[in-house]
Amino acid sequence: MSICVDHLSFSYGGGPVLRDVSFCMQEGEFLSVLGPNGVGKSTLFRCMLGQLAPQSGSVTVQGKRIEAIPPRNRARLIAYIPQSHNPVFNFTVRDMVLMGTIAQTGVFSAPGAEQEALAEKTLRQLGIAHLAGCGYASISGGERQLVLIARAIAQQAHILVMDEPTANLDLGNRIRVLRAVRALAQQGYGVIQSTHDPEQAYRYSDRVLALYEGRVLALGTPQSVIDGPLISKLYGEEIQVCSLRDDTVRVCVPAVGCEERKEKPTCENNV
Amino acid sequence: MKKRPCAVLLALALLLLASVLVSVSLGRYAISPSELVGILRAQLFGGEVYWSPIQQSLLLNHRLPRVAAACLVGACLAAAGASYQSVFQNPIAAPDILGASSGAALGAALAIFLGWDGTALVLSAFLFSLGTVAAVLFIGSRTRGKRTLGLVLAGVMVSSLVSSMTSFIKLVADPEDQLPAITYWLMGSLNGIAPQDLVFAVWPMLAGLVPLLALRWRINVLTLGDQEAQAIGVDARRLRALVVLCATLVTAASVSISGMIGWVGLVIPHFARRIVGSNYRYLLPAGALLGAVFLLWVDDISRNLMATEIPIGILTSFLGAPFFLYLISRGGERI
Repeated sequence: MSICVDHLSFSYGGGPVLRDVSFCMQEGEFLSVLGPNGVGKSTLFRCMLGQLAPQSGSVTVQGKRIEAIPPRNRARLIAYIPQSHNPVFNFTVRDMVLMGTIAQTGVFSAPGAEQEALAEKTLRQLGIAHLAGCGYASISGGERQLVLIARAIAQQAHILVMDEPTANLDLGNRIRVLRAVRALAQQGYGVIQSTHDPEQAYRYSDRVLALYEGRVLALGTPQSVIDGPLISKLYGEEIQVCSLRDDTVRVCVPAVGCEERKEKPTCENNV
Repeated sequence: MKKRPCAVLLALALLLLASVLVSVSLGRYAISPSELVGILRAQLFGGEVYWSPIQQSLLLNHRLPRVAAACLVGACLAAAGASYQSVFQNPIAAPDILGASSGAALGAALAIFLGWDGTALVLSAFLFSLGTVAAVLFIGSRTRGKRTLGLVLAGVMVSSLVSSMTSFIKLVADPEDQLPAITYWLMGSLNGIAPQDLVFAVWPMLAGLVPLLALRWRINVLTLGDQEAQAIGVDARRLRALVVLCATLVTAASVSISGMIGWVGLVIPHFARRIVGSNYRYLLPAGALLGAVFLLWVDDISRNLMATEIPIGILTSFLGAPFFLYLISRGGERI
């Protein structure tokens, strides 16, 4: 299953937010979208989900335009995973995941044994089966993010759209969530995430899409995209990108701002 | 975990049944359970009469309609409150959030001022209630920004506008008989509900309650917000419109026969949440049953505690507010 964004342009009425954005994502691929705040990452995702209609261009899933697919069917192709949020009401984790199956049952029916089993299986798959009876409000942020991912899996979608899944998470939770996402990509899910962390994009994703002023600035393997000049341009600050551990890790270091320290910032493997 | 909510629902249904039986026999003229069964059976199949005609008339024309009204109004207000809480993603939403109560008050005050009574008064309250909510929905749909916030603000302002009109009617009403009648209506009471009023109100109540109960699993998704609901495959806008319509219908029908009864729609859903959790699949029926039981008990107090009847609206506030404070200040699971 693949999703393609083709010459997509979008505006909310003022100036254009997205300009001529094109890329395709295959199943089994983990794609990270980088870009400064307000560059249109969330807008791009809402267009991909069929929630915003582009001014020109198109979004197609398996060759079909997204807006032509009825919402119930769309839910089984592509799922949205928001940032872990504070819920208004304290649903149990099991109920939260079951809500993902709502497109599979009739309008007036509740989830049946089949959906319950699916939710159970999904929770096990993500290693959070022990939380099933807990309140969503009483678990940690990292666990909540895993629950929201489980909900998307229970939705039986094969393309997962994640809006900054690791924002607000501590280092340990970030690693746990990304490991789970990585595993899903290996199982054949197509995952696209937005992130403000180039190091994370480098470490975990298969390809990186850099958005700048609404346009695609770069698209390619993390090795080819994430380097000093691009990251500096993207975020408007002079940033050095250092390669560590045989280039399995790249670290972003501000080049200015540490003048009070005597030694100049050095970077052995500057890329 | 799933067995528990079902057991709770069953227990609540049995509690409601027991409360109905006790409530029917309570009052200045006692009616024993055997007389109750006898009178009801005689109505349907005929049979030997071993009770006084006063008892029969009292039961059929006053006590049964009143008990039924208490149950229906309690169930409707609780269900509407729970539904609005999901629509507005806000745990302090109540059935009058869109102005249903203040609209009904204006309709009733106007009817009393014009000398109408009985079903004409109920009809006036009902139509004004619907009209006020319609105005709120119209204005709310034209506001910019977050839609639910626009609706709430429109509800507050229109309610206050409508209340000022009610106050004006009270000012110009005849202080000898009209003003006390209006004041008494505003306090809320199930006193003097005639069978025909109940027959009038029961249809909109059912027309709202049945879809709400049928959609109760989907109502959960509204609490997630539009974007998530849509991505899950639910048309959030359409579902929300339907839930608002149904909740408004049952609220308008309730307040048009009962007057202003506060707190039930806010307190009971929270109490139900404590017992069966947040899932509307169980919360909505549990809330409706609890609301029915609660209002029935409060009405029993209202008509039996003192020689003169205490308006039920006073009692629901008097009991509801401290109970709510207890709920929110008690430790344990958050609301």
